[in-house]
Amino acid sequence: MTENIQQIEKSRLERIFSSDIWYSFSRNPVAILSFIVTVGMILAAIFAPLIAPHDPFNLAAIDIMDASLPPAWQSFGDPKFLLGTDDQGRDILSTILYGARISLMVGFSSVIFSMVVGIALGLISGYVGGRTDAFIMRIADIQLSFPAILIALLIDGVARGIVPKELHADISIYVLIFAIGVSGWVQYARTVRGSTLVEKNKEYVQAARVIGIRPATILRRHILPNVMGPVMVIATIHLAIAIITEATLSFLGVGVPPTTPSLGTLIRIGNEYLFSGDWWITIFPGITLVVLVLAVNLLGDWMRDALNPKLR
Amino acid sequence: MDLLNINNLRIEFPSRHGTVIAVDDVTLTVQPGEVLGVVGESGAGKSTIGNAVIGLLEPPGEMTGGHVLLKSEQIDTLSPEAKRKIRGRRIGMIFQDPLTSLDPLQTIEQQLVETIDLHLKLGEKKSQERAVDLLRQVGIPDPENRIKNYPHQFSGGMRQRVVIALALCAEPEVIIADEPTTALDVSIQAQILELMRRLCKDKKVGMLIITHDMGVIADITDRVAVMYHGKLVEEGTTAKILGNPDHPYTQSLISAVPRPDVRLKRFPMVNYIEAESERPKNIDLSTHWLGRHRDFEAVDGPLLSLKNLVMTFVTRPAFLKRNRVSFNAVDDVSFDIAEGEVFGLVGESGSGKSTVARMICSLYKPAAGEVNFAGTDLTKIKSETERDYFRRQMQMIFQDPFSSLNGRMRVMDIIAEPIRFHKLATSNREVEQIVNDLLDHVGLGARASVRFPHEFSGGQRQRISIARALATRPRFLICDEPTSALDVSIQAQILNLLKDLQEELGLTMLFISHDLPVIRQMCDRVGVMKQGKLVEVSATEDLFERPTAAYTRELLDLMPRLDQLSHEGLEVVER
Amino acid sequence: MISFIFKRLLQSIVVMLAVALIAFSMFRFIGDPINNMVGQDTTQEEREALAERLGLNDPFFVQFGRFALHAAEGDFGISYKYREPVSTLIKARLSATLELSFVAAVLTLVVGIPLGVYTALKGKGLISKGIMTLSLVGVSLPTFLIGILLILLFGVILRWLPTFGRGDVVAIGWWTTGFLTASGIKSLILPSITLALFQMTLIMRLVRAEMLEVLRTDFIKFARARGLPDRSVHFKHALKNTLVPVITVTGLQLGALIAFAIITESVFQWPGMGLLFIQAVSDVDIPIMAAYLVLIAFFFVVINMIVDILYFTVDPRLRADSAA
Repeated sequence: MTENIQQIEKSRLERIFSSDIWYSFSRNPVAILSFIVTVGMILAAIFAPLIAPHDPFNLAAIDIMDASLPPAWQSFGDPKFLLGTDDQGRDILSTILYGARISLMVGFSSVIFSMVVGIALGLISGYVGGRTDAFIMRIADIQLSFPAILIALLIDGVARGIVPKELHADISIYVLIFAIGVSGWVQYARTVRGSTLVEKNKEYVQAARVIGIRPATILRRHILPNVMGPVMVIATIHLAIAIITEATLSFLGVGVPPTTPSLGTLIRIGNEYLFSGDWWITIFPGITLVVLVLAVNLLGDWMRDALNPKLR
Repeated sequence: MDLLNINNLRIEFPSRHGTVIAVDDVTLTVQPGEVLGVVGESGAGKSTIGNAVIGLLEPPGEMTGGHVLLKSEQIDTLSPEAKRKIRGRRIGMIFQDPLTSLDPLQTIEQQLVETIDLHLKLGEKKSQERAVDLLRQVGIPDPENRIKNYPHQFSGGMRQRVVIALALCAEPEVIIADEPTTALDVSIQAQILELMRRLCKDKKVGMLIITHDMGVIADITDRVAVMYHGKLVEEGTTAKILGNPDHPYTQSLISAVPRPDVRLKRFPMVNYIEAESERPKNIDLSTHWLGRHRDFEAVDGPLLSLKNLVMTFVTRPAFLKRNRVSFNAVDDVSFDIAEGEVFGLVGESGSGKSTVARMICSLYKPAAGEVNFAGTDLTKIKSETERDYFRRQMQMIFQDPFSSLNGRMRVMDIIAEPIRFHKLATSNREVEQIVNDLLDHVGLGARASVRFPHEFSGGQRQRISIARALATRPRFLICDEPTSALDVSIQAQILNLLKDLQEELGLTMLFISHDLPVIRQMCDRVGVMKQGKLVEVSATEDLFERPTAAYTRELLDLMPRLDQLSHEGLEVVER
Repeated sequence: MISFIFKRLLQSIVVMLAVALIAFSMFRFIGDPINNMVGQDTTQEEREALAERLGLNDPFFVQFGRFALHAAEGDFGISYKYREPVSTLIKARLSATLELSFVAAVLTLVVGIPLGVYTALKGKGLISKGIMTLSLVGVSLPTFLIGILLILLFGVILRWLPTFGRGDVVAIGWWTTGFLTASGIKSLILPSITLALFQMTLIMRLVRAEMLEVLRTDFIKFARARGLPDRSVHFKHALKNTLVPVITVTGLQLGALIAFAIITESVFQWPGMGLLFIQAVSDVDIPIMAAYLVLIAFFFVVINMIVDILYFTVDPRLRADSAA
């Protein structure tokens, strides 16, 4: 019996390495590079407290005398601050590491939120059909007529109206996750619904129904695993969009509060100094954001091609 | 002078698992006015030949050897532009699926006139006249008006006629037809083949027809080339190949073709292709789980009795009931199946036969009528648990082996699911043992259980489906076109397996097929369906020898003539 | 055709009512409308009188009906912050947003569709690979960052173009246009590029994907097998079939431009509705938020209507279905 299990385990590993996906990945330098960059940035963000040269939020450690120093390689630069400092004397590199942490946290959380809601509604809509389907899809259609950013802004605005001002800074990050999450579920729901409509008419689902398997089990055991492929592609691309949305909202001043700045907040702060020549305050967070989003997008792009080989 | 020469053609498809030789040293010739059939099963490389001749090989495929000559002029080395000028002008092409072969956004006229004017430079007016004339030739009624229509306004058969008209636009010398009737119903298939043969003879066109269907070969071709794994194994006149084949592959292929004229005990010699693992009879059915507990409560009268069954589908939904448009897919159908009997249901696509099957196993809820199984009307059952008791006794095998298994589950879990759901075994260990035995019994071997469906061929998957259906120890099995997606030699193996199981386990079967010869091989009694109605129910031999309904006679007349086929080595059931 | 349009019209009204319901709920239940309208020193009696006058004590659906009727006439109440009718505020800014969106939409289509076709047809060429890579960078650049970079390059470093505002505008009735003055047109360049870039890449990638899909279909294969030249196969048969699914998404995206203008307007201090809206979000100025929401929905419904009619004329299959 144990021998049998080992055999299965082995074949599972073998399955990954002999799969077409792995083959396509190992032969695609862009995909490998973007994977490395993405994972690298995620790790750097997770371990920001360990690797950041300074703690930008420890007020005691910040010296206003260090304010607005250019990057280390420029004249007046200080080797202590590799990418320079902002107007309050915080180390740019460190704020970027902490900022990426917030950006990624908001991004991942809202993607998971959208995914769970979208998959659940998509499965129900596709499998049950009829009025339930019509109702859910009508809502989706209406929401689709508004860009995600507008939905997020509205939710944020409503939250500001409901929540007392003094509490707002504390919960704004959760409001943000909720707002971006809600604005993104439609994509998942529509895709999952479409796939579910296809899968539920396939004969393996009918075979399960002939056996007597109950709908909830059919959805979980049979349909869900078969609709996850496109969902993973959407989730990857959605992660990029969520990070951009968060940055945009923070840039517009309605995202995370300046006390715990994300990349978008940093760009907003820096933007005010752009005309006075302190370009590094805004440009370095900007580059970080673009590299992160680009890497995730490239990964998603590769994944879509790999999962849909006929498109090449 | 030969019209078309294909000399020592070799086509390779490089892939990451090594180069696949799709066509290996194939030599063929076509004379003016001759129909050459290229026959073979899936993966034999026959379609690739057609694509190579017109210079449209799909990448990464490439010609790595041989020549193609049209009237002694070598055409495979021409420039892309010169090849394009040959396509349509000198070589016409007809594809399988008429529903997708035409541009949906252009009228038939626009598409015909564009092609005619391109090749013959007749000018707008003359091209239009020729287009109408072509439509008349391919048998489209009222061509002057129909030509203004869009493709979706034609039926499948009519669209294939339009496709043929398009292929004939510039009077090509050669026509290559790739499975031209596979997507069509039998009645339309016969008409289209007749049309193609007539055009070919009248215009002295050489035709290369690529097909997997021996019926098409027998109906239309003068000569046949048999392909197997990229190689040409045998070539000769149609009468010779069908009546007296030399190569063992051809022999096994011919013997696997279901006969409309006789009933066989089993299909012989079907092991040349996908070596059927000898079914190890190590299960003693009198003691094994699968054979035990088969003492279902006896029934008075038929096991299954359908009474006035009706199924309605809404074709145009609307909020108000009176605005809905619907049609009866199944209209007042009644028949009985006795215990141990194999009952066949035959009809063209859309005749409602699959809908009947789905109502029997509660996938659809009938609009009216009764489904009496072992004396209980299943349509009256309210609770799911009560229904489970009948579900266990009744299982179904589906048509498409590629979608009937969940690709994300191991074979073990696929077959174990019904056993676990109906709690037919006491321990996991016992479940696994049963699954392995079942796999053995259907000829796959227990080692198959740790693998995933995509690692198996179509025929093997159908065996997995059968094992899954057996896993509830049913007494009644519904087979919905169980072999229509399979190659003919694999079909023979699966039909043999179903015959054996039916006998061993005393199963009652509902066998659904559009293929009359298959029905003749499998069934004791047959019902014929047409547009939702049951037009005739007879014993199989009576149906084939003395049909009563006009529609049945029509269907029988449209069956391909297969009387030229060799009868060697066949074991016929005598009446 | 008539019944088709009628059906669509009915659906549009349902959508508008749903959006209006959301907008009204926002207005009614977030914060206390009375508190937002009056000063600190207003007495309880005065508040109640105001509530009675505004009908806030009526049943929910009566209030909603009144709100919807007023909204249909363009009356969305008084802004909490500016103490002016919302309709006046929006009217003053509508032309700025619409002109910006229009220029961006034209840019999007004129550049996006040809590039999509080009990259689909010349998929293996160096240029088209370059375009594809650039388009991914385009998708990865947040709109506000594009704006900042353009300002930095053309406004701060090169000093070629203005970086904020609309320049000089000419008033035609209540509509103000920047098309008629040099400074107005110059001011439009950077914001419209910023606004168009993201949608452009999106449309381009969509057209490419759809076109590749169409190029693999049987009827294209059959067209080639008839010897039709590439020009005809690509543009007569493939392109037209590509545009059918593209039309819907394009419509949606163009509608999105108007709302996306929020970001662009805020980067370039463009005096449009988006800027008004973002300030309203910060200030929790609910009447403006509600009005903006309804207005965007209205634009969307109108664009969708046009798209549906376009669809109808392009695809003969739809015409047949509705005739049957």
